[in-house]
Amino acid sequence: MDSSKNSLMNAGLAIGGVLLFFVAMSSLFGMQTTVAQIVNGLDKGAAYALIALGLTLIFGTLGVVNFAHGALFMLGAFVTVMLNDMMTWGFVPEGAETQSVGGFSFGGPKETPYIEHWFGETTGQLIAGWSVPLSLIIAVPIMILIGVAMERGLIKYFYKRPHADQILVTFGLAIILQEIVKYNFGAMSIQAPEPDSLRGAMDLGVLLGFDEGAIRYPYWRLIYFGFAALVVTAVFAFLQFTTFGMVIRAGMADRETVGLLGINVDRRFTLMFGLAAAIAGVAGVMYNPIVPPNYHMGMDFLVISFVVVVVGGMGSLPGAVLAGLLLGVLESFASMQVVLETLPGTNQIVIYLAAIIILLTRPRGLMGRKGVMED
Amino acid sequence: MSILEVKGVNKRFGGLQALGDVNLSVQEKTVHAIIGPNGAGKSTLLNCLVGKLIPDTGSVMFDGQSVLGRTPFEINQMGISRVFQTPEIFGDLTVMENMMIPCFAKRDGSFEMNAWGSVGSQKDIVEHAEEVLEDMNMADKRNMMASSMSRGDKRRLEIGMCLAQEPRLLLLDEPTAGMARADTNNTIDLLKEIKDTRDITIAIIEHDMHVVFSLAERITVLAQGTPLVEDVPDNIKGNPKVREAYLGEAQV
Amino acid sequence: MFGLNGKDTLLLVAVALLVAFAPILMNPFPQGSALEIFNGGYPALMQRFVIFGIFAVGFNILFGLTGYLSFGHAAFLGAGSYAAMWMMKLLTINVIPALIFSVIIAGIISLAIGYVSLRRSGIYFSILTLAFAQMAFQLAQSVLQPITGGETGLQTNLNDPRILPQFLGGGSNVDGNIPKPSLFGLEMSSTYDLVMGPWTFVFNWGYYISGLMLLIALYISIRIFRSPFGMMLRSIKSNQQRLNYTGLNSRPYMLTAFVISGMYAGLAGGLLVAMDPQVGTERMQWTASGEVVLMTILGGVGTLIGPILGASVIKYIEDIFSKFNDTVLNIWFDFLPDGIVQDGFVWAISLFTGKQWHLASGVIFMLVIIFLPGGLVSLTKSIGDRVRRKPARDANDASTTPAE
Repeated sequence: MDSSKNSLMNAGLAIGGVLLFFVAMSSLFGMQTTVAQIVNGLDKGAAYALIALGLTLIFGTLGVVNFAHGALFMLGAFVTVMLNDMMTWGFVPEGAETQSVGGFSFGGPKETPYIEHWFGETTGQLIAGWSVPLSLIIAVPIMILIGVAMERGLIKYFYKRPHADQILVTFGLAIILQEIVKYNFGAMSIQAPEPDSLRGAMDLGVLLGFDEGAIRYPYWRLIYFGFAALVVTAVFAFLQFTTFGMVIRAGMADRETVGLLGINVDRRFTLMFGLAAAIAGVAGVMYNPIVPPNYHMGMDFLVISFVVVVVGGMGSLPGAVLAGLLLGVLESFASMQVVLETLPGTNQIVIYLAAIIILLTRPRGLMGRKGVMED
Repeated sequence: MSILEVKGVNKRFGGLQALGDVNLSVQEKTVHAIIGPNGAGKSTLLNCLVGKLIPDTGSVMFDGQSVLGRTPFEINQMGISRVFQTPEIFGDLTVMENMMIPCFAKRDGSFEMNAWGSVGSQKDIVEHAEEVLEDMNMADKRNMMASSMSRGDKRRLEIGMCLAQEPRLLLLDEPTAGMARADTNNTIDLLKEIKDTRDITIAIIEHDMHVVFSLAERITVLAQGTPLVEDVPDNIKGNPKVREAYLGEAQV
Repeated sequence: MFGLNGKDTLLLVAVALLVAFAPILMNPFPQGSALEIFNGGYPALMQRFVIFGIFAVGFNILFGLTGYLSFGHAAFLGAGSYAAMWMMKLLTINVIPALIFSVIIAGIISLAIGYVSLRRSGIYFSILTLAFAQMAFQLAQSVLQPITGGETGLQTNLNDPRILPQFLGGGSNVDGNIPKPSLFGLEMSSTYDLVMGPWTFVFNWGYYISGLMLLIALYISIRIFRSPFGMMLRSIKSNQQRLNYTGLNSRPYMLTAFVISGMYAGLAGGLLVAMDPQVGTERMQWTASGEVVLMTILGGVGTLIGPILGASVIKYIEDIFSKFNDTVLNIWFDFLPDGIVQDGFVWAISLFTGKQWHLASGVIFMLVIIFLPGGLVSLTKSIGDRVRRKPARDANDASTTPAE
């Protein structure tokens, strides 16, 4: 009873804080700009939130600090790259003419991708164009498999080891994963664009009653935010309404007692690891069109995600989501021209600055529980 | 004369009243036991005395000075040493090193930058630590890793570490919890010896009545965060209120 | 000797001898032989052995003794480098003011960061240090560009002011070249080649200056380990609660340890610039902080010699593995039957070498933490014990025995 009251109070505080922030920013920059910046920050914040969600889920259930989680995000992104790659695989049909431009032939005869051969040219190209959403379908099983393999093969031996060891061994794993990706796909960023029909931007400002063209928002970023909201809702519903989720939540609160009840928590926790990996993976898949992936994107996101997790409070799922969005929006505000002119460099450091301030004023983060990771 | 004065202390955790208007006076050079059923607020009270918790209202005076708002190390430097329910020692250090740390705290205060000479060159500290180890009958274990000792020995070491500081008030939080009978009796004997040979006040929180009645000169019974009675042991034994408080718990 | 007990003196002397003879010991393979590539005895690499050794020895005073894992020490390394660089640009090319200034600047910055970060412990402390270091890195790349040179970095130039008179290393060189870092005229890059048959041993002045610094750093570290201060730091790692209830204030102890390790990092950063007068922001990236953690763990956390060992091994692997390429490997595995077998071997090894050497470091990282939590020091100890047919002792035994 006491704890639910507490979390209610926390939620109230959070909503109050967000409102206060909104009012303050509106009076500073005007309503229109404020809404524009908030919307701008949401998709990046959503990516932070999704990575942080898995990270904090793993921490809450298994008590493991997983520095390889950013690499899982990166692997997800490269599932799409791989699929794109596979869709260009083709063969040279019999009697194909050598390609020539102005009489100069080059590159040998034209290849026909299998995908166009099987489905016909139009459908094949359509499928290839929709590679990002399509790769979600294969990314989920692949990432669950990777997650489960990671937990069974490595992480489970580290439950009883100090946090420093967990950090270091997963850090090593992250290096290995990113080097493998680098070996296979090279060091450059690789484009994996959204489907043609989802390109372009919508005029969000008009919808909200602002001037025309005030808030132009690419469709894909809108989709990303909606997708993230969907995933977060699904995870929460899963934990709230299924027996499996109930056991997980009970295990997060008190693992030993649940174990004593004769429930095999370990197997469920293994699946949890798979789930967390899948969340990171799909977050990576969908992020492709926003920023082209490269092999070190996982590390770049990891540092910020850890900051997000700690700001939200270690082991708190709502905290991770809240902190992710908050920091994303904050970053967007700090990138405004007017802010950069008065305080140059703010956009680079605002996340860390916010993290430092929150950690010093709220030792357990925004919504952290007592006694987590304080030994 | 009283060395510890607790007046009107209240402490709430959310909706739970952990301590309600606690008054307590511990006389100098006595053994004062605080007993009560589980959840009576004994540990909360103790944490208010050592600076881990700050009471919502009321005052805690040690030797005429308030301890409220001070950190644990400041309160310790005032002369209050605490023994924990599970022995808190430096497990990765040797027994001798464990004993030297309180000796440094006694000699140098809460911080002293002493980074150049070796530990062994501090002759007075070494002597002091060895002396206390002798008193505790632990001189033969001086080079053992503290974590490798038995629970009884760890308890002995912890008490020794507190004594090395020559505190005026020694606080013990269920010092025999989870101990075998033999270890419990050893601990009782040790505490009796301390009480007889040293100029020290002891306040002990205890669940085990055997321990309480072997040691205490005065007993305060705490129930639901409030002192029920305070009296000498003989009067506590027959007190119906105390029986009532413990009903449903182990029989007194 | 020097106020150390016999064992520690022996250790210090052994390290001194290793440092002194490393140019010979690290060059065991004659020139032109197939194994020549494994020679590590050239100045640029040996300088890094000892400089990163200093970095790791300092980091170990914090992490090894107190157990507080900082993920922000790259910031102090970078700060030291920039400080030294500016001394060499503005004051004199002589390395002494540069090194002193780098230690001071790193000390001040670590005092500020440590003061705030140490309000929290555990992972919260790690994240705070990481956040500060990332801030420093991002600022160095953007706002602080006038000081750090941004992404292009800084190097010494011909038209730098160097206001001290010529005999103190000021001014630009008479012959119109950019002056090289020196110690009262003795250039850091000056070497003496000793040719003995097919062997060439290179003795480099800068390496020996750095080596001397390492010995001083190690000596101070030993004294700290054996002092009451070091004992307090170990007690923080063991049981901070007990320490606070024993009347000791852990905060100033921690802060002192943090600043000392920050100053070591600053010295290492300054030396890097003194050896090779250029610096870029990548020196402050968080992967550099991860690297020093790895060095310390690989060698053996909380041991005296471990961090130096770890730093040398990592830098050696980084350097040698990145030199491998397919041509070298093909020559190497020439004895194997041609075709699939040879190609297979070359391919398997090429995964870990050349530009891919990071993969090797990741694998080593994991193997060490999984199988050797005590680091390389514990490995040598258990082998030694097996040879002497003694039961294996606790890995930390040697480092934690009381100093008497």
